[in-house]
Amino acid sequence: MLAAFFFYLFATVCVGAAFMVIAARNPVHAVLFLILAFFNAAGLFVLLGAEFLAMILVVVYVGAVLVLFLFVVMMLDVDFAELRAGFLKFLPVGALVGLVLLVELVFILAAWVTAPDIVAQAPTPPAALISNTEAIGQILYTRYVYLFQAAGLILLVAMIGAIVLTLHHKRYVRRQSIAEQVGRTREESVELVEVESGRGLS
Amino acid sequence: MTIGLSHYLTVAAILFTLGIFGIFLNRKNVIVILMSIELMLLAVNINLVAFSAFQGDLVGQVFAMIVLTVAAAEAAIGLAIVVVYFRNRGTIDVAEIDLLKG
Repeated sequence: MLAAFFFYLFATVCVGAAFMVIAARNPVHAVLFLILAFFNAAGLFVLLGAEFLAMILVVVYVGAVLVLFLFVVMMLDVDFAELRAGFLKFLPVGALVGLVLLVELVFILAAWVTAPDIVAQAPTPPAALISNTEAIGQILYTRYVYLFQAAGLILLVAMIGAIVLTLHHKRYVRRQSIAEQVGRTREESVELVEVESGRGLS
Repeated sequence: MTIGLSHYLTVAAILFTLGIFGIFLNRKNVIVILMSIELMLLAVNINLVAFSAFQGDLVGQVFAMIVLTVAAAEAAIGLAIVVVYFRNRGTIDVAEIDLLKG
């Protein structure tokens, strides 16, 4: 009963927030509604017993990716009112496509069945025995270690790509040359001068 | 009033449709298009986790994590491209991005 109540709570807020993401006038509000939608999706994950993914969603996704969205929206000085100009013009075709897709998905939902001979690849251990995080760790670092490494590689490529894309040097800025600094020797930078006492340097 | 797999699939289907709808609705604003793609990936993740929970198979959750990884990479690269494009052209209107048209 309580689970049903929370399911409907999370699902309703999630769908409502998702609708506000695409309908909000101000893109900053859109990002904030997207954050709300992700929080409620994390709630749904907890209801499903996938606590680790729920926490990943909150910490990594809301904490990093959506905040990045927020930064970019606030950083770009764009006239967002002008970008919304075609909103009503695109509404009919968008509604049509969305409706067709939704009807198709409903048809699938009404008719789908699970294959009878399906075998679980990695059966979930009973929750009383081992936590969700530990169970995921046990298969992620053993059987799916190459997948895990590939995911890390994707993130590395994305990080380097984003840095290369956005980095630009201004010509008139004097920059620190670390190689030159480190490569200095005592001989070329310090001069020892014998000064006779009682006389100046010249 | 027990919550079954169909309930979760329905939520995911509505979210996915809203994502598609958002792409059509905000056809000029590339940032909202990126956010709509995030919504669609979230719907896919809800599907994967729901199937994983109701079939008793952990692989779905592992796969959902990979989807999250790719989505994060896509968002980072996409936003970087948006920033660079805005720096060079002063607009992010999708209709005006036609440099490759020749």
